[in-house]
Amino acid sequence: MTVDLAHYLAVSGIIFGIGVAIALSKRNVVAVLMGIELMLNASNLAFLAFSRFSGAFQDGTEPLAGHTFVVFVLTVAAAEAAVALAMAVLIYRRRETVDLDRISVLRW
Amino acid sequence: MDSVGVVIAFYVLSAITIVSAASIFLLRNLVHAIVLLVVVFLGMAGLFLTLSADFIAVAQILIYAGAISVLFVFAVMLTPLASRDNGNSLYAGPGLLLGGAIAAIVVVTAFDVEWNQLTGVALEQRSFTDTIEVIGNQLLGPHVLAFEVASVLLLFALLGAIVLVTDPNNEDGTTAEEEAGKDTAVGGSE
Repeated sequence: MTVDLAHYLAVSGIIFGIGVAIALSKRNVVAVLMGIELMLNASNLAFLAFSRFSGAFQDGTEPLAGHTFVVFVLTVAAAEAAVALAMAVLIYRRRETVDLDRISVLRW
Repeated sequence: MDSVGVVIAFYVLSAITIVSAASIFLLRNLVHAIVLLVVVFLGMAGLFLTLSADFIAVAQILIYAGAISVLFVFAVMLTPLASRDNGNSLYAGPGLLLGGAIAAIVVVTAFDVEWNQLTGVALEQRSFTDTIEVIGNQLLGPHVLAFEVASVLLLFALLGAIVLVTDPNNEDGTTAEEEAGKDTAVGGSE
C-alpha cells in the first residue's frame, strides 16, 4: 500500500468541493468566509503535494517553488480574513444582521 | 511514501480533515463549526508534515489555527444580536451539487492522469535539504518583488480593517445609542 500524488490531490479536491458547497449555500457571512478559507487551504495542499512528488528536477535541485507560493497564499488569506471580518462587523453595526439573504443592496 | 507510518498517518489525517470539513456544513451552531474549522486546519498541518513541509506546517498552525480562527471567534462574538444559526440559503441544493461535481472531477482526474512523479526508491532517496533555508532564498531571490508586494498588502489590510471599523463621527468613545440621543436632543432644542 503506497500513498502517491493522486491520493493527496484527491483529498485536496474533496476539501475544495466542501469549501465551495459551504461558501455557496450558507446564509451567515462568517460561515461563507469559513468556506473560502477551506478552499484556500485545499489549494495549499495541492501545491505542497506537487512540490513533494515532482519528478521534473534533478536530485537536490528542487527549488521548492510550491512552498514559496504557499507562503504567499497564507499572506493573502490572512489579509482577506481580516478585511472581510471587519466588513462583517461593520455591516452588523448598521443592519444588526449578518444574514446574506437580507444584505442584498449595495447602498442604503 | 511506502513506510507504514506515513501511510497510516495520511489516511487518519485525511479522514479527520474530511469528516470535520463535512461537519462544518452539517452543524447547526456556528461556534461549533468554528471549533471544527480549527480541527480541519490542524489536520491540514499534519498532512503538510507528511509532505516534508515542516516550515509551512508550523506557519499553518500559527496563522490559521492561531490567528484566523481567533478572528472568526471575534467576528461571531462582536455580532451578538445576529443569529448563531449556521443555516442554509436557497442555494444549498445547487451549491452542494457544484461542490460535489468539482470534488468528483478532481478525484477522477487525479487518479486517471499519468503524473510525472517520483515513486518508490527514487522518492525515498531524494535528498531533502532544509526547507526554511531554500524558502528564504526563494523569497529574497527570484520572488523578492512579490515578497515586497505581499508586505504592502498586509500593511494595507491592517490599516483597512482599522479604518473600516472606526466610526469617523464617533471618536470620543460614545456608543451609537448615545450619539443618536445627542442628535435628537440637539434637534429638539432647535
